[in-house]
Amino acid sequence: MATNPMPIEDPQDVPANDEAEAAIASFVNVGERTNVTGSAKFKKLILADDYEAAVEVARQQVENGAQIVDVNMDEGLLDSEAAMTTFLKLIAAEPDIARVPVMIDSSKWSVIEAGLKCVSGKPVVNSISMKEGEEAFLAQARKCRAYGAAVVVMAFDETGQADTSDRKVEICERAYKLLTENGFPPEDIIFDPNIFAVATGIEEHRRYALDFIEAAREIRARCPGVHISGGLSNLSFSFRGNEPVRRAMHSVFLYHAIRAGMDMGIVNAGQLDVYDDIDDELREACEDVILDREPKAGGDATERLIELAEGYRGKSARDEKEAEEWRSWDVKKRLEYALVKGIDAHVVADTELARQDAERPIHVIEGPLMDGMNVVGDLFGSGKMFLPQVVKSARVMKKAVAHLLPYIEEEKDESARGKGTIIMATVKGDVHDIGKNIVGVVLQCNGFEIVDLGVMTPWSDILDAAREHDADMIGLSGLITPSLDEMVTVAEEMERADMTMPLLIGGATTSRVHTAIRIDPAYSGPVVHSLDASRAVSVASSLVSDTQRDPLVEETAQSYEDIRIARAGKGGSKLVSLEEARANAFGTDFAQKAPDPVKPGLHVYDEWDLEDLRDHIDWTPFFRAWELAGNYPAILEDDVVGESARDLFKDGQAMLDRIISEGWLKPRAVAGLWKCRREGDDIVVETETGETRLPMLRQQVAKRSGRANMCLADFIDPEGDWIGGFAVCAGHGIDEHLARFKADTDDYSDILLKALADRLAEAFAERMHKHVRTDLWGYAADEALSSDDLIREKYDGIRPAPGYPACPDHSLKPMLFELLGGGSGHNGPAGIELTESFAMWPTAAVSGFYFAHPQSAYFGVATIDQDQLHEYAGRRDVDLETATRWLRPNLDS
Amino acid sequence: MTEAADRLRAAAAERVLVMDGAWGTAIQNYALDEAGYRGSREFAMDQKGNNDILCLTEPEIVEEISASYIAAGADIVSTNTFSSTTISQADYGNEALVRELNIAAAKLARHAADTASTPDKPRFVAGAIGPTNKTLSLSPNVEDPGFREVDFDQMKGIYGEQIDGLLEGGVDFLLVETIFDTLNAKAAIMAALEAGEARGQAVPLILSMTITDMSGRNLSGHSVEGFWAAVRHADPLAVGLNCSFGADKLRPAVAALSAIADTLVIAYPNAGLPNDLGEYDETAAETAAQVSKWLDQGIVNIVGGCCGTTTDHIRALAEVAKGATPRVPPARATKTVLAGLEPMTIAA
Repeated sequence: MATNPMPIEDPQDVPANDEAEAAIASFVNVGERTNVTGSAKFKKLILADDYEAAVEVARQQVENGAQIVDVNMDEGLLDSEAAMTTFLKLIAAEPDIARVPVMIDSSKWSVIEAGLKCVSGKPVVNSISMKEGEEAFLAQARKCRAYGAAVVVMAFDETGQADTSDRKVEICERAYKLLTENGFPPEDIIFDPNIFAVATGIEEHRRYALDFIEAAREIRARCPGVHISGGLSNLSFSFRGNEPVRRAMHSVFLYHAIRAGMDMGIVNAGQLDVYDDIDDELREACEDVILDREPKAGGDATERLIELAEGYRGKSARDEKEAEEWRSWDVKKRLEYALVKGIDAHVVADTELARQDAERPIHVIEGPLMDGMNVVGDLFGSGKMFLPQVVKSARVMKKAVAHLLPYIEEEKDESARGKGTIIMATVKGDVHDIGKNIVGVVLQCNGFEIVDLGVMTPWSDILDAAREHDADMIGLSGLITPSLDEMVTVAEEMERADMTMPLLIGGATTSRVHTAIRIDPAYSGPVVHSLDASRAVSVASSLVSDTQRDPLVEETAQSYEDIRIARAGKGGSKLVSLEEARANAFGTDFAQKAPDPVKPGLHVYDEWDLEDLRDHIDWTPFFRAWELAGNYPAILEDDVVGESARDLFKDGQAMLDRIISEGWLKPRAVAGLWKCRREGDDIVVETETGETRLPMLRQQVAKRSGRANMCLADFIDPEGDWIGGFAVCAGHGIDEHLARFKADTDDYSDILLKALADRLAEAFAERMHKHVRTDLWGYAADEALSSDDLIREKYDGIRPAPGYPACPDHSLKPMLFELLGGGSGHNGPAGIELTESFAMWPTAAVSGFYFAHPQSAYFGVATIDQDQLHEYAGRRDVDLETATRWLRPNLDS
Repeated sequence: MTEAADRLRAAAAERVLVMDGAWGTAIQNYALDEAGYRGSREFAMDQKGNNDILCLTEPEIVEEISASYIAAGADIVSTNTFSSTTISQADYGNEALVRELNIAAAKLARHAADTASTPDKPRFVAGAIGPTNKTLSLSPNVEDPGFREVDFDQMKGIYGEQIDGLLEGGVDFLLVETIFDTLNAKAAIMAALEAGEARGQAVPLILSMTITDMSGRNLSGHSVEGFWAAVRHADPLAVGLNCSFGADKLRPAVAALSAIADTLVIAYPNAGLPNDLGEYDETAAETAAQVSKWLDQGIVNIVGGCCGTTTDHIRALAEVAKGATPRVPPARATKTVLAGLEPMTIAA
């Protein structure tokens, strides 16, 4: 429904364009598919008592953008009250449906009242009217109010339904006065002035559409505060079976009715055309009928439309999708095919068929499903299939297994046990789980039972779960550096508990070296580091194998021992004293210092445009998250992973479209620019409320001559300078969608969404940095770089983040957050919360400092010596133990 | 009763009001055993732990607790009736005592309040109505999401019985608290509306939701905004939040409610989060320091304490409330707001 030069002549009909656009944007779309009088399919499901499928209809409606779900059970063959209450209770249990309001639709008051007793939010009653007089009308209105509902009032009185514009206005105005005089709030009144069929050939029906449109305008004027709604399907009743014409009529009608004040409608959103996309000829003919005009070419509008309509019949009606070839294969082959291709459309039906054929339900899993997954496993193992596809396959597998589970449980066969049970958890203080989820899915595909404890899991829960499930091993994951310490704690506690099961270590910051030096010595059972999903499968499989277990354990233990010996011998990098390092500081040329910021202070952005962020996405890490190696865009054409990357990219783009168009995520940011000065290796930030000292770390690794021992403080002028800080987050709103995917056992979408949110957060950091350079600080106001150049950071200034190499101490984050406006919980800057290990939540977040000096550059602090550790503890005013914990990754062990 | 509501509004326009603290913590201090709970009455079942029964068996204790909260600075005392419904009393075999319990509790609180009231500092009595342990929005049976243990009319009847007793005993208004299920609250609202109709005068209501997880929702899934849309038809004297977490974590929700509620806002948090032993160890000074942030932000009209709070907490709250500027409720909102779990606003 884009704007369009108005095709009608009466200028009164045309409000200012802005107003029209606002009206279109705020039009409320009421879903109509859960209505037995309007949907044959829904009626069939309800009559067959198939409420599960009926609930899916509601879910689809909401997913397709219905802002209110209309529920109608008025059918002679039904106990309508029971059907209404059953259905409403069922959808109340589905958060992704229950999030939108319900419209309780019935011509029977008893059904409406039964429905009102089941709805916890604020629903709409559709409808009440003065059909049976004012007293009955008011009594029902009072009840609706007491149940906390808004009402649709039909233009219907004691003498019948209003057809002309005058009658519609008169009845609605009378109802309005009655209601408001009796304390009913005007904003809870929605009038339905009746949409009737036009182009019926009956003279009295000619003006029906126009009457509605005129009445809508008048009612809005006379009854302040109310809304206008209507059911659209009646309008085109004469053209039953001719979808293209019906769609065109509905679109043209809405085009005019919305501008007249109709702001809500029971509409099948899928059955509307874009006004501008309708053939000119058809659009004009529809317009003539709806506005009751004489066609330009003369003659009768209805006849003209009927004449044209024949030519559209069946034209664009969607052909029945031809049954795809594979659907004709036998059911085992179909299951295998569905698993390999990751098609979940028919999997439950096919699984059911296979179950009926099988002697026992477990045989379906052990037979066709495992056969299919073995094919997947082989293809994955041989590099012919890639992670995104495997996760899709797993989704299909999970759906099939979910279907079989009740039957299997009915048999109560305890003997069936997979390859082994693995407890998986992201450790306490850490909230990152993309990698863990991927590994979990792949292990499940390979026959392991996974008990996923989620994120932020304390060691006690991990140990409890291991005992409770009689686990074969524990897998720990973490992304941020403090998680490494927490993993050591888990290992120590396992030791204390006399456990012997293997401990698997994974996650982006983990390493063989760390595992060897810190975790392995803490636990006498087997400890194995495994960086990626495919490696995790072979490790886990070996660990449950009678023959392979011992060799792997021994070999790993030996390799860790070798690492420890090598490290001990090497004694780490050669370090210079802190004093020497300081003497070799970077000599920044402060003559080149950036100018003072144009807009100092704090800048808060509560909703950044997602579309704008999309342009700044760096896609290469997106593929890396899925273990596809290569740079974007070349990866799309890669001989080996190209096809997989293209599919993943397509799915990612499709989800990104929805993220943007449906506003799944709400990007928020804070940026601040403050005066500061350098004092030694500290940067002292001067704000209105006082001074904040940010101690920075200096490289101590011995340098070749001519190379400085860098420290971020070097880029700041002791005589006075400026520094910035920022926090951006693209994770707000993600939970509801993740929950939806979880409920649907859809790990693929779950991981995809998290990976996209991470990309958006990084893009946001890049975008915000540009905004700072060109506008807030403004030292590069005329900078003009392509997205590619931005990704390659071809600009002046850096934005190092606490926890990353130049500024490795995560514990600077609370200080940064305080500078950015403070607040805890969701009140933190940009709504970001910090865990006890300083991980940011939501995870799709980036924070850091801005340095503007053209000579400022990224570097890694790397290993520091005890002298700096001791001094740092003093500068941070913490005990040595705390400082050691914070800086552990930078300390030689 | 509307007159009491007017007086409360008038007082709330002058200053930030203070409600009392937890009943449970206060009663624990008396370390009653089974005999202590029973007093001189006969019961078919054990009564230990049935705090509400003390209104009948140990009225002095109940009144003493109210009096101590008043002495600590409370403007509003709640009745000791959180569990005085047939549902909750069924655990102790006391279904038949519900009316008697509520009348007695209301009279005790009334007496304590009236004894201390002065023209400058009137004291009010809030008839406390707990959520019961049944829920209208959720199935207790995961296999059967359409199942409900109770229905709306039953809940309305159960609340109605409690409300009758509370009104009979002379409360100033009703406090529907710890609302974890918004539909339960709607049944309580309906019961209060019907009680008002039967008595020929409106019954003022205070509605207080509890948040059950860090996502900021109650158990039936409503966000603060969704909850307000769902109960605003009750035209409550005040709306707010209680229990949930400590004042620190509750602040965002209170701020969100304050921004949209065109009525008074009440909030009474727990004394922080429970420790590993389920005890609350946030000190009075800590709670007051957190609540004073709310006061600085101007987002509350009435403060008080929930689980784990003591007279010390209320005294500290009264101290910080003393100098605070009360929140000014926004003008009546005229936007159409419908709600599922989330609010949905229709542009005017």
